[in-house]
Amino acid sequence: MNSRILRGLFALLLLPFPVLASLGGDVTTVQADQAKMQGSLRTSSNNSYTLHEIQSSTGVAVREYVSTSGKVFAVTWQGPFHPDLRQLLGTYFDQFEQAEQAQRTQRRGHGPVLIQQAGLVVQISGHMRAFVGKAYVPQMLPAGFHAEDIR
Amino acid sequence: MKIARLQKFLCLSLAATLAAITGCSGAGSSTSTGGSSSGGGSTSSGSNVAAISVNTGPTAGPPLNSPYVDGAFTSVTLCAPGSTTNCQTIGGILVDTGSPGLRILSSALTISLPQQTASNGGPVVECLPFVDGITWGPVQTADMTIAGEQAKSLPIQVIGSSTFSNIPSSCTSLGSPEDDISDLGANGILGVGNLVQDCGPACTVSGPANPGLYYACPAAGCEVTVESLSNQVVNPIVLFPTDNNGVIIELPSVTGAETSISGSMIFGIGTQTNNGLGNATVYTIDPSSGNFTTVFDNVTYQDAAFLDTGSNAIYFLDSNTTGMPTCSDATFWYCPTTTQNFSATNQGTNGASGPITFSVANADTLLASETIGVANGLGGPDAGTFDWGLPFFFGRTVYTAIEGQNTPAGTGPYWAY
Repeated sequence: MNSRILRGLFALLLLPFPVLASLGGDVTTVQADQAKMQGSLRTSSNNSYTLHEIQSSTGVAVREYVSTSGKVFAVTWQGPFHPDLRQLLGTYFDQFEQAEQAQRTQRRGHGPVLIQQAGLVVQISGHMRAFVGKAYVPQMLPAGFHAEDIR
Repeated sequence: MKIARLQKFLCLSLAATLAAITGCSGAGSSTSTGGSSSGGGSTSSGSNVAAISVNTGPTAGPPLNSPYVDGAFTSVTLCAPGSTTNCQTIGGILVDTGSPGLRILSSALTISLPQQTASNGGPVVECLPFVDGITWGPVQTADMTIAGEQAKSLPIQVIGSSTFSNIPSSCTSLGSPEDDISDLGANGILGVGNLVQDCGPACTVSGPANPGLYYACPAAGCEVTVESLSNQVVNPIVLFPTDNNGVIIELPSVTGAETSISGSMIFGIGTQTNNGLGNATVYTIDPSSGNFTTVFDNVTYQDAAFLDTGSNAIYFLDSNTTGMPTCSDATFWYCPTTTQNFSATNQGTNGASGPITFSVANADTLLASETIGVANGLGGPDAGTFDWGLPFFFGRTVYTAIEGQNTPAGTGPYWAY
């Protein structure tokens, strides 16, 4: 049995006690996301990260990428509504909110959110009742992991 | 007459560029004026035709000096339900095929409208998530008139009301508030998209499946409430007695950047002599996502593309895929050294398929002047969708059919062009 399968089994064992966190947060200390979304959870892992997938009660599919050191380095979502971004972005929420406001003024109109800062990337697009989004902290991506791999 | 007085007041107080679309020069007229674009006037006339103008919008002049680019504006007249005297015409309303429902800034509203009340007696206040922020404000009822069409007892959202200035944190958790003219870039939003309601069935149930868009706000504080479909903020078109199955957006073609252009918003599809489908191709869309499919550079973006007058550029893919850098001062726009020409194929769920050619120019060059309100070639990156914004509509006649409504080409939702 190779280590990947072992890790997968380990993740499955955690299923009754889902451990999910906000962006940048510690996976072992926060279980709030899944509880808040009252959704179902699926977990899979490979050598560089563990992927937690929550299907929220409002139909939003949330994915959280957790590094082997237990930190959430990326989150994505897709669904008819936005997820609770204050919960999902954690300590990065205020930075996101300010950047979103600043971009609106600079853009001279409405369109998708494309925040590209040194310490935070947030992208939100779509239209009413069909939104997609992703957020990650560039410095926290595991070695060999590319931002394009966040889906 | 009160309407005329208010209209005059509005006209005097708004920027000159806005005058054409608030109907100041011809109050009461429902016919659109000729286009000013070199692309030729393709404007229509009739009782189902509202004039639209792409221009720098109501924030262009002092004190904000914040010109809009690639936004289509129109004006609507609101009356207290049943009244013909307690009325107001409001210009600078952004036409949005990406959402349903009328939303008006509290600061632009001078008449008093009746407040919708929840079952617990508290006033109903809505938190509506757009892609780039949320709007928060009470749901009130008005008779809305645009061109010769009227939606009676229309639930609308009044944004930024001082009566409900405390936004629940569960609402701001969905995005930053767009609650004034500076944030909104318009006096209001006229949502005339494929959807009937802004929330739909999800908001009619209680418990964790409710996404929390409608609140009851008695003095004790706001709590999420269930909201019936008929009480939700609704696409005004479906309340028109006729011409209620969709809308046509008609804009002239544009080369480069201009100050403004004129076009038409025609209500109904195949209901009058001026709104037939002609030889337009019908692209049906996935009813759950409201999207169709775009194929670009041999990659299929399945159910991830949409047409949206409310997006002010063509937002697609990223720098790696398109080979275009973003602007150094604006990561949300592309800044290629020379104008790039692209082709793509749009596909409906009905199997209809058709090629699209479009170009992306250097946004910094296009928008060098603050007087520019129209820019063909404005493009930017997008996270995971193909957002065919307003530049897609230049030089086209685009039909938006509303979900569940019958048209000569079948039941909506679909787009046709």
